[in-house]
Amino acid sequence: MTTITTPTHTGQRDSARQLEQTWRDPPGLYGWFAAINHKTIAVRFMLTTFGFFVAGGVLALIMRLQLARPENTLVGPDFYNQLFTMHGTTMMFLFAVPVMQAVGSYLVPLMLGARSLAFPRMNAFAYWIFLFGGLMLYVAFLLDIGPDAGWFAYVPLSGPDYSPGKRVDFWAQLVTFTELSALLEAVILITTIFKMRAPGMTLNRMPLYVWTMLVTSFMVLFAMPSVMLASTALITDRLVGTHFYNPAEGGDALLWQHLFWFFGHPEVYLIFIPPLGFMSSIIATFSRRPIYGYPAMVLAVIATAFLAFGLWVHHMYATNIPELGKSFFTASSAMIAIPTAIQIFCWIATLWTGKLNFRTPLLFALGFFFILTLGGLTGIILASVALDLQVHDTYFVVAHLHYVLIGGAVFPLFGAFYYWFPKFTGRLLGETLGKWNFWLFFIGFNVSFFPMHLLGLAGMPRRVWTYPAGMGWDQMNLAATVGGMMIGASVLLFIINVLRSRRHGVPAGPNPWGAGTLEWGTDSPPPAGNFVAPPVCGGRYPLWEPDGVPAHVTGLADDRREILVTTLMDAVPDLRPVMPSPNIWPFLSAVAVTILFVGSIFTPWAVVWGAVPIAIGMTLWFWPRSRETRKNAASEVHP
Amino acid sequence: MKRIAALPVLSLAGAAAMAAPFQNALKPAGIQAERIHDLWLLTVGICSVVFAAVLVALLLALSRAGRSDAATPPDVASLAAPEPRLKRNVLLAVGASIALLLVLIVADFQTDRLLGRMPLSDAVHIEVTAHQWWWEARYNDPEPGKIFTTANELHIPVGRPVIMTLKSSDVIHTFWLPNLHGKKDMIPGRTSLIRLRADQPGTYRGQCAEFCGLEHAMMAFLVTAEPNDRYEAWADAQRREASNVLSARESRGRQVFMERSCVMCHTVQGSGANAVFGPDLTHVASRQTLASGVLPNNRQQMAAWVTQPQKLKPGTNMPATKLSGEELEALLDYLGTLK
Repeated sequence: MTTITTPTHTGQRDSARQLEQTWRDPPGLYGWFAAINHKTIAVRFMLTTFGFFVAGGVLALIMRLQLARPENTLVGPDFYNQLFTMHGTTMMFLFAVPVMQAVGSYLVPLMLGARSLAFPRMNAFAYWIFLFGGLMLYVAFLLDIGPDAGWFAYVPLSGPDYSPGKRVDFWAQLVTFTELSALLEAVILITTIFKMRAPGMTLNRMPLYVWTMLVTSFMVLFAMPSVMLASTALITDRLVGTHFYNPAEGGDALLWQHLFWFFGHPEVYLIFIPPLGFMSSIIATFSRRPIYGYPAMVLAVIATAFLAFGLWVHHMYATNIPELGKSFFTASSAMIAIPTAIQIFCWIATLWTGKLNFRTPLLFALGFFFILTLGGLTGIILASVALDLQVHDTYFVVAHLHYVLIGGAVFPLFGAFYYWFPKFTGRLLGETLGKWNFWLFFIGFNVSFFPMHLLGLAGMPRRVWTYPAGMGWDQMNLAATVGGMMIGASVLLFIINVLRSRRHGVPAGPNPWGAGTLEWGTDSPPPAGNFVAPPVCGGRYPLWEPDGVPAHVTGLADDRREILVTTLMDAVPDLRPVMPSPNIWPFLSAVAVTILFVGSIFTPWAVVWGAVPIAIGMTLWFWPRSRETRKNAASEVHP
Repeated sequence: MKRIAALPVLSLAGAAAMAAPFQNALKPAGIQAERIHDLWLLTVGICSVVFAAVLVALLLALSRAGRSDAATPPDVASLAAPEPRLKRNVLLAVGASIALLLVLIVADFQTDRLLGRMPLSDAVHIEVTAHQWWWEARYNDPEPGKIFTTANELHIPVGRPVIMTLKSSDVIHTFWLPNLHGKKDMIPGRTSLIRLRADQPGTYRGQCAEFCGLEHAMMAFLVTAEPNDRYEAWADAQRREASNVLSARESRGRQVFMERSCVMCHTVQGSGANAVFGPDLTHVASRQTLASGVLPNNRQQMAAWVTQPQKLKPGTNMPATKLSGEELEALLDYLGTLK
């Protein structure tokens, strides 16, 4: 096992200091708003999404308290409908999808041996847009004008006739914010992964986690436009009287469902696929061997992504679309179990032949097997038209989706935090608290959500603010509430663990787990430019290669943000462009875009006048600096 | 808080109608629900076996694998040499998964076909229209004189097929009667059909399953399945107009009905009240519940529902009606005659 050694020569040390000077964000308040370093932005992004996770969790706990007993009046129907709409919207749009992109925007450059993400200013802009969108939604909620038509906002309930006022407009505009941010992040990640890999990191040496982020980013490009289109049509229906969804004027209520679920089902896989990469990273490191079946794992992820676009109708079996069409979607929905099964079997094979180190990250990864497998099997039940007709829109689906999303995404995500926290901060998270965190979460989760399967079969529909006594639902609802509180306590332990370990945790060093991928080959936390000497990649697990890292990249300028661009397939060195430096315009442009988006909730003229400050902001953002241009031109080499 | 005081009556409504298989997909009482239930048993069986197999494989892997720590050198031999035993086992497991999936898909197709082929001769035709937040049911008949309309409580004959035409007057609702069949959406601008048959007599509860706004939780209905002769008797009673033979106080009640807001929304056949915004009240006194399965139907609850509906079902489209004590008592007497 080899790590890239910390530079010892004086020259290298000078270079390291110079690099730090070049790549760090400017100091002070201005610097805080001008920051574009991918690690700075990613940490803010992760903290923001985690904040929304906690907020969404608190909303869930209020709902569980309301449902703890029949005919409860802790909250009324109006507030309850806002609660479940906000909970779903928060968890899907403000936590689950963006947190995966946030973690990816920290780790991907490090795993690739790159100095930065591509388009760092755009990355900062995407973060600010996300933050402002989320804040807008929560300001509306706190003013009691939070959306109340469900996170799926079916028309005509969400249309102008049945949801007057501005509540649904805030929801629709939040979609615009978050999807804009997600699309930008996808472009950034795809470019980074295709063009900024370390020399020698051919596509078939790319870490499995990076593959999952690549596939996810492509899915974002195809899925998100659908919901942006749908929500924009909803806004114009509400704001300027178009009739896209109004059957009385030739529109169609089902159009919304097709557009929404064409995005909505792939979205589940946007949430689920990056954690498959977490699993592959954690299992390899803690089994002390490469993941079995690398090509099968990569192909399975790609197959999942393709199939994910062909099964949206299984959300619509109860509508009156033709029966034969539904059967097609049964087959495609069941088929997606195959790539998932391949990955599960490959991981079990890896564990089978590995030597296991039972640290907290591995525990969370093992929790995935139990919960996700159960969730996947109930997914097969939902794929069947006939069975779905009974359990659709009941608590059975609530159970299923939480088994899939919490088991499939949140457990690996917590494992990933325990795994990469030392890289983020230089210190390990506490192991004892970590085990408490895991077991409380695991037990609480099953106590909370398993009974919901039975509740659904026993006839309890979703999205009801209360239910009558004597239906046989009381005990199971109480259990679900108790389990929910356990999850809350477990997340609290996690927060305590993070706060304590950040200052008092065991110092980690560059590679505390003895892992094999490149992010562990630099200091923890990494320097501003990620690597003092960018590595050359010699295998799928470069740090585990018997000969170690074969060479380092030299010759890149350390007094400006010069990076190495490599070719798409084989990662052969190609170009050395200069990355942009920090400035305030991405932040100010995001403010201008926010003014337009929020303003357009109230008047269509906001789109006209709001475009002016955006144009100014974007122009100044891209305004060339002649001194820098001259310096860069001078360093060009013409073959 | 009057609402707190009012809400526990929900349970009374529940208990009143609580025959054993109440609202439960696992207690099928008709041919369609029975077929779905058969598929359910097969699917749950297969899925349980698969779940157990995956867990056993995982536990075996965990128990037989060696132990390590961060300093244990990684074993990268697999990068160079193939692992034929692992390959064989993984392929076997994937093959078994595909085979079981095929079984489930075929069983599902088969069930769909059976659901679509329920015999339909001698069917009862009902047109059900969902409203925010109640159900309107119109019993169709080739003879126009035999058509009648009721609300929230349906009766159907045991053993005869029922074809329901489903519509919505406002937003999307879903018709769900789990003991007899799965769900069907009611989408404005579209018409859908559901075909079912009750094979066991009893009263079954259904509920709107698609989120439809403020009082989605309080949009239930009851379906009573009974022998054909009792069903026909019930239908004949429903076809009759309200009696005009009234006592003085009942007449006074009808006068209140006609002069206050009631008449703006409700129909009482034979009385001259013909509005269609609210449930048809021609036979309201024969129903078990009020407000779409929310309240038990008795004099006290009817009084509360007429005078303060927003306390019992916040957001309902039924407005509160201010009445003097005398007017209210007379109105209740009159409503009591609508059997």
